[in-house]
Amino acid sequence: MTRPAVRIRDVHKSFGNTEVLKGIELSVPKGSTTCLLGPSGSGKSTLLRCIAFLEETTSGLIEIDGDPLGFADPGGGRSRTRLSAGDIRRVRAKIGMVFQQFNLWPHMTALGNVTEALVTVQGMKRSAANEIGNQQLARVGLSDRGHHYPSELSGGQQQRVAIARALALSPDILLFDEPTASLDPELTGEVLNVMRELAETGMTLVIVTHEIGFAASVGQKIAFLDHGKLLLDGPPAEIFGTPRHPRLEQFLETYLDRGAATLV
Amino acid sequence: MSIDFSVVWQQLPQILSAFWNTIWIWIVATILAVLLGFVVAGLRRYGPLWLNLLLRLYVEVIRGTPFLIQLFLLYFGGPFIGLSLEPIPAGLLGMTVYGSAYFSEIFRAGFAAIPPGHVEAAECVGLSRGQIVRRILVPEMTMLVLPQLVNMAIILMKETAILSIITVPELTLVVGAIGSQQYAFVEAMTMLALFYWALVEISDWLGRLAEKKLSKFRFAV
Repeated sequence: MTRPAVRIRDVHKSFGNTEVLKGIELSVPKGSTTCLLGPSGSGKSTLLRCIAFLEETTSGLIEIDGDPLGFADPGGGRSRTRLSAGDIRRVRAKIGMVFQQFNLWPHMTALGNVTEALVTVQGMKRSAANEIGNQQLARVGLSDRGHHYPSELSGGQQQRVAIARALALSPDILLFDEPTASLDPELTGEVLNVMRELAETGMTLVIVTHEIGFAASVGQKIAFLDHGKLLLDGPPAEIFGTPRHPRLEQFLETYLDRGAATLV
Repeated sequence: MSIDFSVVWQQLPQILSAFWNTIWIWIVATILAVLLGFVVAGLRRYGPLWLNLLLRLYVEVIRGTPFLIQLFLLYFGGPFIGLSLEPIPAGLLGMTVYGSAYFSEIFRAGFAAIPPGHVEAAECVGLSRGQIVRRILVPEMTMLVLPQLVNMAIILMKETAILSIITVPELTLVVGAIGSQQYAFVEAMTMLALFYWALVEISDWLGRLAEKKLSKFRFAV
């Protein structure tokens, strides 16, 4: 068996006295799409941010393709040590992140956003970086928008630029934190289509989403969190098939009540 | 007694040299004040707490006292603590300190207005701390605070008139002296006002030009 793209071992995370993650165990198989579902405050976004190392776990370990992220536990016991900044950076380079708020840099064009790290971090020549940047923009259907500033783009276009920015660094794993939550329903579709295409290319995706229909159709693995614990973890057919876990049933009902999503 | 500008006009070479002094002292002091203000704001945000409190005191004291008094204390009180400066260096130092307190407050607000997610996105693509400051924070903040920066620079320009009290040979001192020598106060002061007004208009126009160039980078909502 190949090692998982992401392995999460007994991860706890507290903010002050509030424990947000209470011992999460999860592995993300390579080349799969894993969707993290759960009600607000369940800890799904925090878990994703821990995988991106935007938050540091309080205890436990996260491995990216077998390499420890941020902290290692050489003894295999309960004491973990912090890795060097260089090691952290090397492992983080395997991960791309897409945010709910896009977080494009407003003083750079779409192409500038996509190529920034290639030039500044990797020291690539401007022309070579632009070539990659244009390829990635074409991949998300925005080849004619490279010279537009974020303020000149729609929300859906901005989010696709943000996806291109992450793709330009050819990450092994792409993380999405509620990528469509701040988009109109009309614009949601164009972003979900790009994500669906990425899933089909066999890239490893970890997606926090409220788009349950999307999760059920594209996800190969569903992880359902509630109150900081991983309640359910399995393929969509198993998770969404009957009989359903009562907590999941309750969660789905609130969505179906609003007519916001339907299960496929 | 009639208004006669020719008495002042005859001293034009002297006035132009004073005009030049006003301009270069203003520009140099503004640049230094912006740099110092940026450092103060950066240290307050990212430095240790004690430094933040110390710098806050600095900003509060400078903003809470009149520039005239600061300048007096620096020029006439300085020698008592071994700081004897010629008029121009004293004027430059005084304006830099005075301006830096205001600029630091502008930058502080600018730093606070940048969404933290923009920095997180930069971390995620591997930018180092220094690269984030250089490539993301500074340009983004500059565009946010540019109107306030221009405004403060214009205020500083007019404050250069106060340097006349420590005998910096700038416009106010020189034109004022011509006025009293020739008993032509109204002419001298009118001319002085026109010079400053022209300067303000020019810097305002430059500021608008810069803003227009930057307007494309507005925040996406």
